[in-house]
Amino acid sequence: MINGLLWLLGFQLAGEVVVRSLDLTVPGPVMGMVLLFVVLQLRRPPASANLFRAADGLLKHLQLLFIPAGVGVVTLLHVVGEQPVPIVGALLVSWLAGIVTVGWLTTLLLGRSSGSSGASVGGAR
Amino acid sequence: MTDALDWLRTSPLLGLFLTLLGYRLGQELQKRVPAAWKAVAQPVVVALVVIGLALWALDLSYEQYLVGGSIIGFFLGPATVALAVPLHRQAHHLGRMFVPMVVALPVGAVVSITTGVLAVRLLGGDHVLELTMAPKAATTPVSLAVSGAIGGLPALTAVLAIVTGIVGAVAGPAVLDLVRVRDRRARGLAIGASSHGIGTSRALREHPTEGAFSGLAMGLTALLVSLLTPVVLLLL
Repeated sequence: MINGLLWLLGFQLAGEVVVRSLDLTVPGPVMGMVLLFVVLQLRRPPASANLFRAADGLLKHLQLLFIPAGVGVVTLLHVVGEQPVPIVGALLVSWLAGIVTVGWLTTLLLGRSSGSSGASVGGAR
Repeated sequence: MTDALDWLRTSPLLGLFLTLLGYRLGQELQKRVPAAWKAVAQPVVVALVVIGLALWALDLSYEQYLVGGSIIGFFLGPATVALAVPLHRQAHHLGRMFVPMVVALPVGAVVSITTGVLAVRLLGGDHVLELTMAPKAATTPVSLAVSGAIGGLPALTAVLAIVTGIVGAVAGPAVLDLVRVRDRRARGLAIGASSHGIGTSRALREHPTEGAFSGLAMGLTALLVSLLTPVVLLLL
């Protein structure tokens, strides 16, 4: 667990340094994700590696980690009250447009043949 | 009692405890509610209600809560790095996904930004609100930075980004069912592109492939929104 965490923090650190020295607008952790992905593809560690255990453990509780930022939202809700209709309406419209566009466009570009790969949602839903 | 409460206000203990407690209550509630309510009873939603009520009852400020809460929040960084792991496991899909990704994600980012700005305009919001809404599809630190750079209100953009993520976690899979997007890879991209990390947390629990592509779309959308928002705004 400690080893795994050390790897994750190390790549976050590397990501933060890269982003800052190249003056990029990408967040450091996202750059760290890219760097770790490249290293994993090159080195292909065994499935039992500590890194995988630490990563799976953290991702299993990803929602927990958003709670502190979310509580900030609760304390700022009065700001939304000043222009409720444009804020709530535009947020929902724009979110819906985004998710449907990417979903449909990807499906279209993948072609219909890919539906049988086993990686699609069954009719039971 | 007041002495103890005064001490707790300055200690990280209370914020940490409330965060974990709210999350656990949320998980347990999600297990117990009828199937139709499971999507709405996301642990993060329940936790926000529980913690919001607790802060109000104990008369604690957000800053006082954050003394402990930020310890949990910190791990969002390493968890984002950890999204490389599901992606690594799904890497065999990547070749096939290259063209769809290179087309769908930039188009999705432009659609998000454009519809956000135009819908605010149409619904009678002011210009600052248009700028504040524009980058909200990106993960919170990015949307916040972009908002500040283009003249929006970063604090409000952070609120919009988080609410967008929660909407995605609650309603994303249902909307995709409704519009018949069944491929796990397409569903993942759509959730990550529209609802960043909080949506990704839901996608990870739906299916490993969905989670991996959601994480990837989240990262690329962060990049695209920061690059495209200033350009799109020039055209609107």
